Amino acid sequence: MEALNQIPLNISAAIRGLFADPHSIWADLIMTVIGIIGVIVVVVLAALILILLERKVAGWISQRPGPNRLGPHGWFQTIADALKLIGKEDVTPAGADKFIFKVAPMIVFGIPLMSLAVIPYGMGLVPVDLDLGIFYYLAISSVSTLAFLMAGWGSNSKYSLLGGMRAVAQMISYEIPLIFSLLGVVMLSESFSLTKIVEAQNVVPFIALQPIAFIIYLIAGTAEVNRAPFDLVEADQEVVAGPMTEYTGLRWGLFFLGEYGNMTAVCALAATVFLGGWQGPALLPGWIWFWLKTGILIFIMMWVRWTFPRIRVDHLMHFAWKILLPLSLLNIVLTGFGIYIYQLVIGG
Amino acid sequence: MSVDRTEELLLNMGPQHPSMHGVFRMVVHLEGEVVTKIEPKLGYLHRGIEKLAESRTYPQFIPYTDRLDYLASPHNNFAYVLAVEKLMGIQVPERGEYLRIIFAELARIASHMVFIASAALDIAGWTAWGYAFRDRERILDLFEMTAGSRLTVNAMRIGGMIKEPPAEFWPALKSFLDDLPEMFEEYYGIYLGNEITMGRLKNVGILTKEMAENLSITGPVLRASGVNYDVRKAEPYSIYDRFDFEVPVLYGCDSYDRNLIRLDEMKESAKILRQALRDIPEGPIMAKVPKLIKPPAGEVYHRVENPKGELGFYIVSDGTTKPVRMRIRTGTFINLQTLTEICTGWKIQDVVAIFATLDAVLGEVDK
Repeated sequence: MEALNQIPLNISAAIRGLFADPHSIWADLIMTVIGIIGVIVVVVLAALILILLERKVAGWISQRPGPNRLGPHGWFQTIADALKLIGKEDVTPAGADKFIFKVAPMIVFGIPLMSLAVIPYGMGLVPVDLDLGIFYYLAISSVSTLAFLMAGWGSNSKYSLLGGMRAVAQMISYEIPLIFSLLGVVMLSESFSLTKIVEAQNVVPFIALQPIAFIIYLIAGTAEVNRAPFDLVEADQEVVAGPMTEYTGLRWGLFFLGEYGNMTAVCALAATVFLGGWQGPALLPGWIWFWLKTGILIFIMMWVRWTFPRIRVDHLMHFAWKILLPLSLLNIVLTGFGIYIYQLVIGG
Repeated sequence: MSVDRTEELLLNMGPQHPSMHGVFRMVVHLEGEVVTKIEPKLGYLHRGIEKLAESRTYPQFIPYTDRLDYLASPHNNFAYVLAVEKLMGIQVPERGEYLRIIFAELARIASHMVFIASAALDIAGWTAWGYAFRDRERILDLFEMTAGSRLTVNAMRIGGMIKEPPAEFWPALKSFLDDLPEMFEEYYGIYLGNEITMGRLKNVGILTKEMAENLSITGPVLRASGVNYDVRKAEPYSIYDRFDFEVPVLYGCDSYDRNLIRLDEMKESAKILRQALRDIPEGPIMAKVPKLIKPPAGEVYHRVENPKGELGFYIVSDGTTKPVRMRIRTGTFINLQTLTEICTGWKIQDVVAIFATLDAVLGEVDK
């Protein structure tokens, strides 16, 4: 099993071995390009699989078969949908702010690419190993607010504008408990580096030490990626499709890819920070453990989406500011006390 | 030069908006997300049914009534044939009466299931939508066995019922009734009992008792505002006086109670169906009616308790085979009058949920 665990490291060593000097700038450049391609593949594959999975899960939950026509059990449905989107006419509404309108979907798609680049997928399998991994992740993910606002404003549509404004209100509110919930973990592991955080969980995953933070993170993360019951931004019953209302074809497809990429990123970070990342019993290689944990979290998100109705807009704000925020602050205080007592016992 | 100012946002919702029921359209005046005024726009489905009646013979008009409230078509048939029978003085045989009640109450359950489904969908309860439509399918199957069609059933005739239900109808109906309590539990569990649903709907869209009475609201919307009024009890038609059932009344006056009362009504309908299944006698299902239906000159009004509200047919006859004038009083058309009053001051999101509780069927609103 150790051999399987080492596969990524061995591949990397083999590629570097092709160069005369394994740590020359050219070897680093090639490894970076491979990392970038790897992350793009992860995002696109995740979206392809998750869209199908979401429709299947929705079907199972509401007792219908879901897509089942194309290919065995309808597995090729997403591919057909993607082809259809590519073939669609690209419409830019009259009166739209064309530059902003066209840039917004690219930003939405770019964010998961950038945030998934710092996640440790396995032992030594980190595209970019930053010392401030969590900090970088949070900074990047908050940019998506801007992208939704751009799409909402640039479309020159009333529904898009309402959706964009909702996006700003909601995502900024939920970012704060999200950040605070991660602070407890940073205090425990004494590092912002995601690799170090995973290594700190070799005895016990942080979900055992930070259960409240984990729940806060899951809720705030769901709100952060605009999924039900917090999908006010794209609530079809109210604002049609929110900021995406005026988008067609591939641009709309980019929103979709971005949405599922973001969901993967949020779940991947939760798996890394709270569930021990690639650490697990030696039955399976580390990178399989990582995707297994991420997959379970994604399934929970889908389960929640197809079970709960949408929350009311004022309750949404109350929940963030009056419940999640104080709770996450309390969690930080408790963690501080816990660490102090632990050090007294160990050090004394 | 830029001037800082705020402006009212005029938002056009419908007829193609995802949350609109049918082809209803409303122009919403918004202050931020708060609704200051609503202008309902009707008429996208106007077919002139009342005028069409004047050029059709009495039996020919029955299929047209199916197209009023198409989610509960047996009720529309029921109201129309009862009005004509009242004019002609026809006595329907016992078995025919029981079959009519069975069809009408099945239609009430089917209609309320669609209500639960669409009201849940309007607050994004996708799974509740799936559950309710799955169960409604079994009622439509029962209709199909007897009348051949599923939605616009056209099952009643002047003087009785179109056909004797086939042998497999009765076990299917019985097993459906046995499964109903479990279905109600499911609806409550996934939709009405949910914490978020309660938060969304409780104390939202208050329709007070006085307002409801002044605007002549009928049906479940009225009963959720604390008024105990049901045509089946107030003025029993057909053989409703033989059945033992309650009229559910709730006093919350809000969107949540308007949802909950539909669930209670389905339970009462199930009670009626069980009694009808127990008591139904053998015998003919059609009365002896003349080949050519020529009601005596005169006028008649008859009303029934449709799942959406009070449904009445006013018919003027001059003794020929065609009515001179027909007027249809439909429940949701009048219930929609409250829309502006109960929605003003709420957010756009709540307006969608409040509108859903009025259970508008545009076939009935636009006629």
